[in-house]
Amino acid sequence: MIALLRRDLQLSFRAGGGFGLGLAFFLIVTTLVPFSVGPEAALLGVIAPGVLWLGALLACLLSLDRLLALDYEDGTLDLLLTAPLPLEAAVSIKALAHWLTTGLPLVLAAPVLGVLMSLPPTGYLWLVISLALGTPALSVIGTFGAALTVGIKRGGLLLSLLVLPLYVPTLIFGAEAARRGAAGLDTSTPLLMLAGITLGTIALMPFASAAVLRMGLR
Amino acid sequence: MSIWQYANPVKFLTLSEKVQPILWVVATVCVVTGLLWGFFGTPDDFRQGSTVKIIYLHVPTALMAINAWFMMLVASLIWLIRRHHVSALAAKAAAPVGLVMTLIALVTGAIWGQPMWGTWWAWDPRLTSFLILFIFYLGYIALWEAVEDPDTAADLTSVLCLVGSVFAVLSRYAVQFWNQGLHQGTSIPVATGERTVSDVFWYPLLTSMIGFGLLFLALVLYRTGTEIRLRRAQALRNRMERRL
Repeated sequence: MIALLRRDLQLSFRAGGGFGLGLAFFLIVTTLVPFSVGPEAALLGVIAPGVLWLGALLACLLSLDRLLALDYEDGTLDLLLTAPLPLEAAVSIKALAHWLTTGLPLVLAAPVLGVLMSLPPTGYLWLVISLALGTPALSVIGTFGAALTVGIKRGGLLLSLLVLPLYVPTLIFGAEAARRGAAGLDTSTPLLMLAGITLGTIALMPFASAAVLRMGLR
Repeated sequence: MSIWQYANPVKFLTLSEKVQPILWVVATVCVVTGLLWGFFGTPDDFRQGSTVKIIYLHVPTALMAINAWFMMLVASLIWLIRRHHVSALAAKAAAPVGLVMTLIALVTGAIWGQPMWGTWWAWDPRLTSFLILFIFYLGYIALWEAVEDPDTAADLTSVLCLVGSVFAVLSRYAVQFWNQGLHQGTSIPVATGERTVSDVFWYPLLTSMIGFGLLFLALVLYRTGTEIRLRRAQALRNRMERRL
Protein backbone atom coordinates (compact mmCIF):
# COMPACT_ATOMS: atom_id res chain seq x y z
CA MET A 1 0.00 0.00 0.00
CA ILE A 2 2.77 2.39 0.95
CA ALA A 3 4.62 1.44 -2.22
CA LEU A 4 1.55 2.26 -4.27
CA LEU A 5 1.14 5.59 -2.48
CA ARG A 6 4.78 6.45 -3.07
CA ARG A 7 4.51 5.49 -6.71
CA ASP A 8 1.45 7.66 -7.26
CA LEU A 9 3.01 10.60 -5.47
CA GLN A 10 6.27 10.31 -7.41
CA LEU A 11 4.43 10.05 -10.71
CA SER A 12 2.51 13.21 -10.03
CA PHE A 13 5.49 15.21 -8.79
CA ARG A 14 7.74 14.38 -11.72
CA ALA A 15 7.61 16.07 -15.09
CA GLY A 16 4.30 15.73 -16.86
CA GLY A 17 2.61 14.46 -13.73
CA GLY A 18 0.29 17.40 -13.53
CA PHE A 19 1.16 18.38 -10.00
CA GLY A 20 0.58 22.10 -9.66
CA LEU A 21 -1.80 22.21 -12.58
CA GLY A 22 -4.73 22.16 -10.19
CA LEU A 23 -3.11 24.94 -8.17
CA ALA A 24 -2.53 27.04 -11.27
CA PHE A 25 -6.15 26.49 -12.28
CA PHE A 26 -7.31 27.56 -8.82
CA LEU A 27 -5.19 30.71 -9.14
CA ILE A 28 -6.60 31.52 -12.57
CA VAL A 29 -10.22 31.04 -11.52
CA THR A 30 -9.80 33.30 -8.51
CA THR A 31 -7.99 35.88 -10.65
CA LEU A 32 -10.74 35.88 -13.24
CA VAL A 33 -13.58 36.41 -10.78
CA PRO A 34 -12.73 40.07 -9.96
CA PHE A 35 -12.48 40.74 -13.70
CA SER A 36 -15.98 39.41 -14.21
CA VAL A 37 -17.78 40.91 -11.19
CA GLY A 38 -15.73 44.08 -10.61
CA PRO A 39 -13.01 44.94 -8.10
CA GLU A 40 -15.11 46.39 -5.25
CA ALA A 41 -13.65 44.99 -2.05
CA ALA A 42 -17.03 44.87 -0.29
CA LEU A 43 -18.62 42.71 -2.99
CA LEU A 44 -15.55 40.49 -3.30
CA GLY A 45 -15.42 40.01 0.44
CA VAL A 46 -19.00 38.76 0.45
CA ILE A 47 -18.56 36.24 -2.35
CA ALA A 48 -14.97 35.26 -1.50
CA PRO A 49 -15.72 32.09 0.53
CA GLY A 50 -18.05 30.77 -2.18
CA VAL A 51 -15.69 31.60 -5.01
CA LEU A 52 -12.71 30.04 -3.26
CA TRP A 53 -14.71 26.89 -2.55
CA LEU A 54 -15.94 26.69 -6.14
CA GLY A 55 -12.42 27.24 -7.43
CA ALA A 56 -11.06 24.47 -5.23
CA LEU A 57 -13.84 22.15 -6.37
CA LEU A 58 -13.21 22.82 -10.05
CA ALA A 59 -9.46 22.41 -9.59
CA CYS A 60 -10.16 19.02 -7.98
CA LEU A 61 -12.41 18.07 -10.85
CA LEU A 62 -9.82 19.06 -13.42
CA SER A 63 -7.28 16.53 -12.18
CA LEU A 64 -9.74 13.64 -11.84
CA ASP A 65 -9.53 12.27 -15.36
CA ARG A 66 -5.79 11.65 -14.91
CA LEU A 67 -6.47 9.78 -11.68
CA LEU A 68 -7.18 6.38 -13.21
CA ALA A 69 -7.04 6.94 -16.98
CA LEU A 70 -3.23 6.83 -17.19
CA ASP A 71 -3.10 3.65 -15.12
CA TYR A 72 -5.79 2.18 -17.34
CA GLU A 73 -3.82 2.93 -20.48
CA ASP A 74 -0.51 1.41 -19.36
CA GLY A 75 -2.17 -1.61 -17.75
CA THR A 76 -1.36 -0.81 -14.13
CA LEU A 77 -5.01 -1.09 -13.25
CA ASP A 78 -5.17 -4.66 -14.53
CA LEU A 79 -2.21 -5.50 -12.31
CA LEU A 80 -3.87 -3.85 -9.34
CA LEU A 81 -6.99 -5.85 -10.06
CA THR A 82 -5.11 -9.14 -9.80
CA ALA A 83 -2.80 -8.00 -6.99
CA PRO A 84 -3.19 -9.50 -3.49
CA LEU A 85 -4.06 -6.01 -2.24
CA PRO A 86 -7.86 -5.60 -2.18
CA LEU A 87 -9.03 -3.26 -4.88
CA GLU A 88 -10.92 -1.23 -2.27
CA ALA A 89 -7.62 -0.47 -0.56
CA ALA A 90 -5.92 0.37 -3.85
CA VAL A 91 -8.73 2.77 -4.72
CA SER A 92 -8.52 4.40 -1.29
CA ILE A 93 -4.79 4.87 -1.73
CA LYS A 94 -5.36 6.43 -5.14
CA ALA A 95 -7.88 8.83 -3.60
CA LEU A 96 -5.40 9.63 -0.82
CA ALA A 97 -2.67 10.33 -3.36
CA HIS A 98 -5.06 12.55 -5.28
CA TRP A 99 -5.89 14.47 -2.14
CA LEU A 100 -2.22 14.86 -1.16
CA THR A 101 -1.32 16.20 -4.59
CA THR A 102 -4.44 18.28 -5.29
CA GLY A 103 -6.56 18.84 -2.20
CA LEU A 104 -3.83 19.60 0.32
CA PRO A 105 -2.04 22.21 -1.86
CA LEU A 106 -5.41 23.85 -2.49
CA VAL A 107 -6.07 24.06 1.23
CA LEU A 108 -2.66 25.62 1.80
CA ALA A 109 -3.00 28.05 -1.10
CA ALA A 110 -6.53 29.17 -0.26
CA PRO A 111 -5.56 31.82 2.36
CA VAL A 112 -3.16 33.46 -0.09
CA LEU A 113 -5.89 33.65 -2.70
CA GLY A 114 -8.23 34.85 0.03
CA VAL A 115 -6.09 38.00 0.20
CA LEU A 116 -6.67 38.53 -3.52
CA MET A 117 -10.41 38.14 -2.93
CA SER A 118 -10.32 40.54 0.06
CA LEU A 119 -11.71 37.89 2.37
CA PRO A 120 -12.63 39.36 5.78
CA PRO A 121 -9.91 38.65 8.41
CA THR A 122 -12.16 36.41 10.48
CA GLY A 123 -12.67 34.12 7.51
CA TYR A 124 -9.19 32.69 6.94
CA LEU A 125 -9.18 30.15 9.71
CA TRP A 126 -12.64 28.81 8.83
CA LEU A 127 -11.88 28.75 5.12
CA VAL A 128 -8.82 26.58 5.74
CA ILE A 129 -10.66 24.34 8.21
CA SER A 130 -13.66 23.84 5.94
CA LEU A 131 -11.48 23.14 2.91
CA ALA A 132 -9.30 20.74 4.89
CA LEU A 133 -12.42 18.91 6.04
CA GLY A 134 -14.18 18.95 2.69
CA THR A 135 -11.54 18.28 0.05
CA PRO A 136 -10.99 14.63 1.09
CA ALA A 137 -14.65 14.02 0.25
CA LEU A 138 -14.10 15.66 -3.13
CA SER A 139 -11.19 13.31 -3.85
CA VAL A 140 -13.05 10.19 -2.75
CA ILE A 141 -16.23 11.03 -4.70
CA GLY A 142 -14.09 12.02 -7.65
CA THR A 143 -12.36 8.64 -7.58
CA PHE A 144 -15.77 7.03 -7.93
CA GLY A 145 -16.50 9.21 -10.96
CA ALA A 146 -13.12 8.41 -12.47
CA ALA A 147 -13.73 4.69 -11.89
CA LEU A 148 -17.11 4.95 -13.62
CA THR A 149 -15.69 6.54 -16.75
CA VAL A 150 -12.34 4.75 -16.87
CA GLY A 151 -12.99 2.64 -19.95
CA ILE A 152 -14.73 5.38 -21.92
CA LYS A 153 -12.91 7.24 -24.63
CA ARG A 154 -12.98 11.00 -24.10
CA GLY A 155 -14.83 10.53 -20.83
CA GLY A 156 -13.65 13.85 -19.37
CA LEU A 157 -16.83 15.82 -19.99
CA LEU A 158 -19.02 12.92 -18.94
CA LEU A 159 -16.95 12.67 -15.78
CA SER A 160 -17.80 16.27 -14.87
CA LEU A 161 -21.47 15.71 -15.58
CA LEU A 162 -21.50 12.68 -13.29
CA VAL A 163 -19.34 14.05 -10.51
CA LEU A 164 -20.63 17.62 -10.18
CA PRO A 165 -24.09 16.72 -8.85
CA LEU A 166 -22.43 14.40 -6.34
CA TYR A 167 -20.38 17.36 -5.13
CA VAL A 168 -23.46 19.43 -4.25
CA PRO A 169 -23.82 18.52 -0.54
CA THR A 170 -20.09 18.93 0.13
CA LEU A 171 -20.05 22.30 -1.61
CA ILE A 172 -23.14 23.54 0.24
CA PHE A 173 -21.84 22.70 3.70
CA GLY A 174 -18.24 23.67 2.96
CA ALA A 175 -19.07 27.05 1.47
CA GLU A 176 -21.66 27.65 4.17
CA ALA A 177 -19.08 27.02 6.92
CA ALA A 178 -16.58 29.34 5.23
CA ARG A 179 -19.26 32.00 4.70
CA ARG A 180 -20.43 31.87 8.31
CA GLY A 181 -16.84 32.01 9.48
CA ALA A 182 -16.18 35.08 7.36
CA ALA A 183 -19.33 36.73 8.69
CA GLY A 184 -18.32 35.94 12.26
CA LEU A 185 -21.18 33.52 12.91
CA ASP A 186 -21.22 30.12 14.57
CA THR A 187 -19.80 27.52 12.19
CA SER A 188 -20.23 24.32 14.15
CA THR A 189 -23.36 22.98 12.39
CA PRO A 190 -22.12 23.11 8.77
CA LEU A 191 -18.67 21.94 9.87
CA LEU A 192 -20.14 18.93 11.64
CA MET A 193 -22.26 18.11 8.58
CA LEU A 194 -19.23 18.52 6.35
CA ALA A 195 -17.17 16.22 8.58
CA GLY A 196 -20.02 13.72 8.48
CA ILE A 197 -20.12 13.74 4.70
CA THR A 198 -16.35 13.37 4.47
CA LEU A 199 -16.16 10.49 6.92
CA GLY A 200 -19.16 8.79 5.35
CA THR A 201 -17.79 9.02 1.83
CA ILE A 202 -14.32 7.87 2.92
CA ALA A 203 -15.90 4.86 4.60
CA LEU A 204 -18.31 3.85 1.83
CA MET A 205 -17.25 5.24 -1.53
CA PRO A 206 -14.13 3.04 -1.99
CA PHE A 207 -16.44 0.01 -2.09
CA ALA A 208 -18.56 1.60 -4.81
CA SER A 209 -15.46 2.68 -6.74
CA ALA A 210 -13.88 -0.76 -6.52
CA ALA A 211 -17.13 -2.45 -7.58
CA VAL A 212 -17.44 -0.12 -10.55
CA LEU A 213 -13.80 -0.69 -11.54
CA ARG A 214 -14.29 -4.46 -11.49
CA MET A 215 -17.36 -4.09 -13.71
CA GLY A 216 -15.68 -1.72 -16.10
CA LEU A 217 -12.53 -3.76 -16.52
CA ARG A 218 -14.16 -7.15 -16.83
CA MET B 1 -45.68 -18.95 -10.68
CA SER B 2 -43.92 -15.91 -9.37
CA ILE B 3 -43.15 -12.39 -10.48
CA TRP B 4 -39.70 -13.55 -11.61
CA GLN B 5 -41.10 -15.47 -14.57
CA TYR B 6 -41.43 -12.07 -16.25
CA ALA B 7 -37.65 -11.78 -16.15
CA ASN B 8 -37.94 -13.88 -19.28
CA PRO B 9 -38.11 -11.34 -22.12
CA VAL B 10 -40.63 -13.40 -24.12
CA LYS B 11 -43.02 -13.74 -21.19
CA PHE B 12 -42.52 -10.11 -20.32
CA LEU B 13 -43.29 -9.00 -23.87
CA THR B 14 -46.39 -11.21 -24.12
CA LEU B 15 -47.84 -9.85 -20.91
CA SER B 16 -46.84 -6.24 -21.51
CA GLU B 17 -48.36 -6.32 -24.98
CA LYS B 18 -51.59 -7.71 -23.59
CA VAL B 19 -51.73 -5.04 -20.89
CA GLN B 20 -50.54 -2.11 -22.94
CA PRO B 21 -53.69 -1.33 -25.00
CA ILE B 22 -55.78 -1.20 -21.82
CA LEU B 23 -53.13 0.86 -20.06
CA TRP B 24 -52.90 3.36 -22.90
CA VAL B 25 -56.67 3.81 -23.03
CA VAL B 26 -57.13 4.19 -19.28
CA ALA B 27 -54.12 6.49 -19.00
CA THR B 28 -55.32 8.70 -21.85
CA VAL B 29 -58.84 8.85 -20.45
CA CYS B 30 -57.55 9.74 -16.98
CA VAL B 31 -55.07 12.35 -18.17
CA VAL B 32 -57.52 13.99 -20.58
CA THR B 33 -60.39 13.92 -18.07
CA GLY B 34 -58.20 15.16 -15.24
CA LEU B 35 -56.74 18.02 -17.28
CA LEU B 36 -60.01 19.08 -18.96
CA TRP B 37 -61.95 18.76 -15.70
CA GLY B 38 -59.23 20.73 -13.95
CA PHE B 39 -58.95 23.42 -16.59
CA PHE B 40 -62.64 23.95 -17.37
CA GLY B 41 -64.62 22.25 -14.62
CA THR B 42 -63.19 23.86 -11.51
CA PRO B 43 -63.64 27.40 -10.19
CA ASP B 44 -60.74 29.85 -9.97
CA ASP B 45 -58.96 30.04 -6.67
CA PHE B 46 -59.84 32.95 -4.39
CA ARG B 47 -56.33 34.40 -4.38
CA GLN B 48 -54.47 32.64 -7.19
CA GLY B 49 -57.09 33.19 -9.86
CA SER B 50 -56.86 30.89 -12.85
CA THR B 51 -53.13 30.21 -12.36
CA VAL B 52 -54.04 27.54 -9.83
CA LYS B 53 -55.05 25.29 -12.72
CA ILE B 54 -51.46 24.51 -13.60
CA ILE B 55 -51.48 22.28 -10.51
CA TYR B 56 -53.15 19.53 -12.57
CA LEU B 57 -50.04 19.31 -14.70
CA HIS B 58 -47.39 20.35 -12.18
CA VAL B 59 -48.14 18.04 -9.27
CA PRO B 60 -48.60 14.79 -11.25
CA THR B 61 -45.42 15.31 -13.30
CA ALA B 62 -43.41 16.22 -10.21
CA LEU B 63 -44.74 13.12 -8.50
CA MET B 64 -43.78 10.92 -11.43
CA ALA B 65 -40.38 12.59 -11.77
CA ILE B 66 -39.45 11.31 -8.31
CA ASN B 67 -41.22 7.97 -8.64
CA ALA B 68 -39.45 7.32 -11.93
CA TRP B 69 -36.12 7.57 -10.12
CA PHE B 70 -37.40 5.20 -7.42
CA MET B 71 -38.48 2.76 -10.11
CA MET B 72 -35.02 2.99 -11.68
CA LEU B 73 -33.47 2.41 -8.26
CA VAL B 74 -35.52 -0.75 -7.71
CA ALA B 75 -34.84 -1.97 -11.25
CA SER B 76 -31.12 -1.32 -10.80
CA LEU B 77 -31.09 -3.28 -7.56
CA ILE B 78 -32.88 -6.18 -9.24
CA TRP B 79 -30.31 -6.12 -12.04
CA LEU B 80 -27.38 -6.04 -9.65
CA ILE B 81 -28.76 -8.83 -7.47
CA ARG B 82 -30.55 -11.15 -9.89
CA ARG B 83 -29.14 -10.05 -13.24
CA HIS B 84 -32.38 -10.00 -15.20
CA HIS B 85 -31.82 -8.11 -18.43
CA VAL B 86 -35.42 -6.93 -18.61
CA SER B 87 -34.91 -5.09 -15.35
CA ALA B 88 -31.82 -3.25 -16.58
CA LEU B 89 -33.59 -2.33 -19.80
CA ALA B 90 -36.62 -1.09 -17.89
CA ALA B 91 -34.38 1.22 -15.87
CA LYS B 92 -32.85 2.45 -19.11
CA ALA B 93 -36.29 2.97 -20.60
CA ALA B 94 -37.59 4.90 -17.60
CA ALA B 95 -34.77 7.47 -17.49
CA PRO B 96 -35.81 9.68 -20.45
CA VAL B 97 -39.45 9.58 -19.30
CA GLY B 98 -38.37 10.73 -15.84
CA LEU B 99 -36.20 13.41 -17.41
CA VAL B 100 -39.14 14.81 -19.37
CA MET B 101 -41.41 14.67 -16.30
CA THR B 102 -38.80 16.62 -14.32
CA LEU B 103 -38.52 19.17 -17.10
CA ILE B 104 -42.32 19.62 -17.30
CA ALA B 105 -42.52 20.03 -13.53
CA LEU B 106 -39.74 22.65 -13.60
CA VAL B 107 -41.22 24.57 -16.52
CA THR B 108 -44.81 24.56 -15.24
CA GLY B 109 -43.50 25.59 -11.83
CA ALA B 110 -41.69 28.53 -13.41
CA ILE B 111 -44.78 29.54 -15.38
CA TRP B 112 -46.84 29.46 -12.18
CA GLY B 113 -44.15 31.13 -10.11
CA GLN B 114 -43.85 34.15 -12.37
CA PRO B 115 -47.29 35.67 -11.60
CA MET B 116 -47.53 34.24 -8.07
CA TRP B 117 -44.07 34.70 -6.58
CA GLY B 118 -43.06 37.39 -9.04
CA THR B 119 -40.11 35.34 -10.25
CA TRP B 120 -39.48 32.54 -12.71
CA TRP B 121 -36.93 30.94 -10.51
CA ALA B 122 -35.91 31.06 -6.88
CA TRP B 123 -33.18 29.03 -5.21
CA ASP B 124 -35.73 27.31 -3.10
CA PRO B 125 -34.95 23.83 -1.69
CA ARG B 126 -37.59 22.04 -3.74
CA LEU B 127 -36.75 23.82 -6.96
CA THR B 128 -33.04 23.32 -6.44
CA SER B 129 -33.32 19.64 -5.64
CA PHE B 130 -35.45 19.16 -8.72
CA LEU B 131 -32.79 20.84 -10.81
CA ILE B 132 -30.20 18.52 -9.27
CA LEU B 133 -32.47 15.55 -10.00
CA PHE B 134 -32.63 16.76 -13.61
CA ILE B 135 -28.82 16.76 -13.79
CA PHE B 136 -28.72 13.26 -12.28
CA TYR B 137 -31.06 12.05 -15.03
CA LEU B 138 -28.83 13.67 -17.65
CA GLY B 139 -25.71 12.03 -16.23
CA TYR B 140 -27.43 8.64 -16.01
CA ILE B 141 -28.59 8.78 -19.63
CA ALA B 142 -25.21 10.05 -20.81
CA LEU B 143 -23.46 7.14 -19.09
CA TRP B 144 -25.80 4.64 -20.78
CA GLU B 145 -24.96 6.21 -24.12
CA ALA B 146 -21.23 6.34 -23.52
CA VAL B 147 -20.51 2.71 -22.61
CA GLU B 148 -20.44 0.39 -25.58
CA ASP B 149 -20.85 -3.02 -23.99
CA PRO B 150 -24.51 -3.26 -22.89
CA ASP B 151 -23.91 -5.41 -19.80
CA THR B 152 -21.11 -3.16 -18.55
CA ALA B 153 -23.32 -0.15 -19.22
CA ALA B 154 -26.12 -1.73 -17.20
CA ASP B 155 -23.70 -2.46 -14.33
CA LEU B 156 -22.18 0.99 -14.25
CA THR B 157 -25.46 2.86 -14.54
CA SER B 158 -27.00 0.70 -11.80
CA VAL B 159 -24.25 1.61 -9.38
CA LEU B 160 -24.52 5.24 -10.45
CA CYS B 161 -28.25 5.07 -9.74
CA LEU B 162 -27.63 3.67 -6.25
CA VAL B 163 -24.92 6.16 -5.35
CA GLY B 164 -26.86 8.96 -7.03
CA SER B 165 -29.93 8.18 -4.93
CA VAL B 166 -27.95 8.55 -1.72
CA PHE B 167 -26.52 11.84 -2.88
CA ALA B 168 -29.87 13.06 -4.19
CA VAL B 169 -31.40 12.54 -0.75
CA LEU B 170 -28.35 14.13 0.86
CA SER B 171 -28.63 17.12 -1.49
CA ARG B 172 -32.30 17.43 -0.65
CA TYR B 173 -31.52 17.94 3.04
CA ALA B 174 -28.38 19.97 2.41
CA VAL B 175 -30.33 22.36 0.21
CA GLN B 176 -33.01 22.71 2.85
CA PHE B 177 -30.33 23.71 5.31
CA TRP B 178 -28.85 26.18 2.87
CA ASN B 179 -31.96 28.13 2.00
CA GLN B 180 -35.38 28.18 3.55
CA GLY B 181 -37.69 28.25 0.66
CA LEU B 182 -40.55 29.89 -1.10
CA HIS B 183 -42.29 26.72 -2.22
CA GLN B 184 -45.37 25.85 -0.20
CA GLY B 185 -45.58 22.58 1.65
CA THR B 186 -47.63 19.76 0.23
CA SER B 187 -51.39 20.22 0.28
CA ILE B 188 -51.96 16.49 0.25
CA PRO B 189 -49.89 14.96 3.05
CA VAL B 190 -50.07 11.22 2.61
CA ALA B 191 -48.91 10.38 6.13
CA THR B 192 -51.45 12.43 8.09
CA GLY B 193 -54.24 12.34 5.52
CA GLU B 194 -55.23 15.91 6.32
CA ARG B 195 -55.44 17.52 2.98
CA THR B 196 -55.91 21.23 2.69
CA VAL B 197 -57.30 21.10 -0.84
CA SER B 198 -61.04 21.33 -1.28
CA ASP B 199 -62.81 18.38 -2.93
CA VAL B 200 -63.57 20.52 -5.98
CA PHE B 201 -59.85 20.63 -6.80
CA TRP B 202 -58.89 17.31 -5.28
CA TYR B 203 -60.86 14.93 -7.50
CA PRO B 204 -59.62 16.26 -10.85
CA LEU B 205 -56.10 16.37 -9.38
CA LEU B 206 -56.39 12.77 -8.22
CA THR B 207 -57.62 11.72 -11.68
CA SER B 208 -54.72 13.50 -13.28
CA MET B 209 -52.22 11.93 -10.85
CA ILE B 210 -53.54 8.44 -11.55
CA GLY B 211 -53.50 9.23 -15.27
CA PHE B 212 -49.87 10.32 -15.23
CA GLY B 213 -48.90 7.29 -13.17
CA LEU B 214 -50.50 4.97 -15.70
CA LEU B 215 -49.06 6.98 -18.58
CA PHE B 216 -45.60 6.54 -17.09
CA LEU B 217 -46.19 2.80 -16.73
CA ALA B 218 -47.40 2.53 -20.32
CA LEU B 219 -44.47 4.53 -21.67
CA VAL B 220 -41.95 2.46 -19.71
CA LEU B 221 -43.49 -0.84 -20.85
CA TYR B 222 -43.50 0.37 -24.44
CA ARG B 223 -39.94 1.62 -24.31
CA THR B 224 -38.74 -1.53 -22.54
CA GLY B 225 -40.30 -3.57 -25.35
CA THR B 226 -38.43 -1.44 -27.86
CA GLU B 227 -35.16 -1.91 -25.98
CA ILE B 228 -35.65 -5.68 -25.85
CA ARG B 229 -36.27 -5.81 -29.59
CA LEU B 230 -33.27 -3.57 -30.24
CA ARG B 231 -31.12 -5.91 -28.18
CA ARG B 232 -32.48 -8.86 -30.10
CA ALA B 233 -31.80 -7.19 -33.45
CA GLN B 234 -28.26 -6.42 -32.30
CA ALA B 235 -27.72 -10.05 -31.30
CA LEU B 236 -28.98 -11.24 -34.70
CA ARG B 237 -26.72 -8.77 -36.51
CA ASN B 238 -23.72 -9.94 -34.49
CA ARG B 239 -24.49 -13.55 -35.39
CA MET B 240 -24.75 -12.66 -39.07
CA GLU B 241 -21.40 -10.87 -38.99
CA ARG B 242 -19.74 -13.83 -37.32
CA ARG B 243 -21.04 -16.14 -40.02
CA LEU B 244 -19.77 -13.95 -42.86
